[in-house]
Amino acid sequence: MDKEYVGFATLPSQVHRKSVKRGFDFTLMVAGESGLGKSTLVDSLFLTDLYSERKILNAEERISQTLEITRNAVEIEERGVKVKLTIVDTPGFGDAVDNADCWTPIARYINEQFEQYFRDESGLNRKNIQDNRVHCLLYFISPCGHGLRPIDVEFLKAVHDKVNIVPVIAKSDTLTPREVKNLKQRVRDEIEEFGITIYQFPDCDSDEDEEFKQQDTALKDSFPFAVIGSNTVIRENVERPMRGRVYPWGVVEVDNPSHCDFVKLRNMLIQTHMQDLKDVTQEVHYENYRAQCIQNLSRSGAKERASRNKISRQSITELSLVPLADTEKLIREKDEELRRMQEMLQKMQQQMQQSQGEQSDTL
Amino acid sequence: MREAEKSMAEPQSKPDPDPKTEATVTGLDLFGYVGIESVLDQMRRKAVKTGFEFNIMVVGQSGLGKSTLVNTLFKSKVSRKSCSPSFEEGISKTVNLQSVSHVIEEKGVKMKLTVIDTPGFGDQINNLNCWEPIMKYINEQYEKYLKEEININRKRKIPDTRVHCCIYFVPPTGHCLRPLDLEFMKRLGKVVSVVPVIAKSDTLTLDERQRFKERIRQDLWTNGIKVYPQKEYDEDTEDRILNDKIREKIPFAVVGTDKEHQVNGKNVLGRKTKWGVIEVENVAHCEFANLRDLLIRSHLQDLKDVTHNIHYETYRVRRLNESNLNGIGLSTPLASVNGTAVRKESESNL
Repeated sequence: MDKEYVGFATLPSQVHRKSVKRGFDFTLMVAGESGLGKSTLVDSLFLTDLYSERKILNAEERISQTLEITRNAVEIEERGVKVKLTIVDTPGFGDAVDNADCWTPIARYINEQFEQYFRDESGLNRKNIQDNRVHCLLYFISPCGHGLRPIDVEFLKAVHDKVNIVPVIAKSDTLTPREVKNLKQRVRDEIEEFGITIYQFPDCDSDEDEEFKQQDTALKDSFPFAVIGSNTVIRENVERPMRGRVYPWGVVEVDNPSHCDFVKLRNMLIQTHMQDLKDVTQEVHYENYRAQCIQNLSRSGAKERASRNKISRQSITELSLVPLADTEKLIREKDEELRRMQEMLQKMQQQMQQSQGEQSDTL
Repeated sequence: MREAEKSMAEPQSKPDPDPKTEATVTGLDLFGYVGIESVLDQMRRKAVKTGFEFNIMVVGQSGLGKSTLVNTLFKSKVSRKSCSPSFEEGISKTVNLQSVSHVIEEKGVKMKLTVIDTPGFGDQINNLNCWEPIMKYINEQYEKYLKEEININRKRKIPDTRVHCCIYFVPPTGHCLRPLDLEFMKRLGKVVSVVPVIAKSDTLTLDERQRFKERIRQDLWTNGIKVYPQKEYDEDTEDRILNDKIREKIPFAVVGTDKEHQVNGKNVLGRKTKWGVIEVENVAHCEFANLRDLLIRSHLQDLKDVTHNIHYETYRVRRLNESNLNGIGLSTPLASVNGTAVRKESESNL
């Protein structure tokens, strides 16, 4: 009935219109050894040419190069929706002979972004906060190898509690289908074995349609994605122009889902999970950082950090605050004290009443 | 006629014949069949009876296909992986060398092939000095041979465990050599014949492969790294032409496999992917056949000779000089002035 129609069902489209006007921003970090095709993949994913003018260092220059963090921002617009995409690259990672602690600059960068946001958020003018926090880290695993290398494990363990990690198997056109399957299984096993937290796809609600659910399971099963990147368009000897790599023994098509998981990665990153990645960064990683930061500010010692319960995805949905173990203890102690004092008061009151009664009796 | 005979009889000696040296050697024309050429047959028969030894070392990060390539090269399961029953593909914490020996036979010719594998090389986070165990091993083999050689009662055929060839696997990044590659090849190029190859090269298109190779050659040249075949050891023009052709193509871009697939009705060794079959022995696909020809069909003996005449001699001279200075260890009858002078001369000629 029209009388009962309030009209807030239009809220989603209002939000939609506002966000389209505001535009989105997304920060993607890519990490991995040189030569794994990171730059090519980024260009392929977003159809940009950020790296077309890149100069590749020769061996001499590479010896003296240390890890540096570079940022490239590009604005993409599609059907009226604007996205400000920032790519954070980490050239020099894992290139040296001695790579001990080569991930420290990266972890520090991620923390610095959190710190800057935290400061902005606690500041007075909050109108135009620049969100430079890293929303997603694409980690490239070498296909030549039997799984994760020691440097991979150490790096992932250093950053898995700060950022959403999406591992991908790079240059996967070097692997036969069976090798891809074996490698994916090994990587999955090793991730579990070493206790590395990677970005988990959210479970779909039970009221989603079948097709979506099927897509979701397919996505989860093909994790980590085996990708190939290319921006060169092939026009000869193919039915239609397509992006791919031409070999003497065949043509690898980037957009063909039976050749590689590039399409799945692109869909996941851009079409379906971009907002979720941002949400998890805001709700989980940033909150962890913030709680840690505040705790450090309020007490000089940092010894209780280990006993602090970290927020996980589940607890968010339960809408529970982080129970800081020590504050709870303090509260409990104070409660105890209060109770004791109340008991004492009661006893005193009783005594007074009794003595009053006695007095009145005697009187 | 007389002109021709005269030119044949011309002495082929130095322009200023030293009266003290022996008579100059002249070339003669034979007017009948003597049978000198059958010495080749005799040598061949003897060699076939005694058999050959070949020691090959493979170095590279784990997962680059070293063991598969060795199996493909010798068309049999000779690598460490195929031999150890309970093989775990974990990354070892240190570089340890494992050698596996087999005797393979083809058309009556026996070869004792030893494959020395180096698991753990370049796999750690800190790879400083990961080449030291390898250098140590190579020098130990030279030492063993030297000790046997200077023995008073030495064996007729000294067992040869020296590394004849070291194949270094470069990962197919497509960019350039990494600092680790440079460090390794710089050091090992001085003691052993290093043959660099691009591993798992089915990840590079032909253009990328060409560019990568050019960059690698540039890097090698800038850093003064000598890989096999070294320019200085070419003996004559024929060798030089042959080796130049090879030098233009190194490092070889290889792909290895031991699986066979059907292509156009034939059984070929290859890797089957969704977009095609990579035929390992097809020169249009990869350069495995070139590597095999170099290592086995044309330059196997040359590799052994270079190891024996050059690398081993360098080591020997160094050791003997050390022992002369320190007065310890090797008591050798060859430490007399004449002996060392001759050896020194031969080394400086190289």
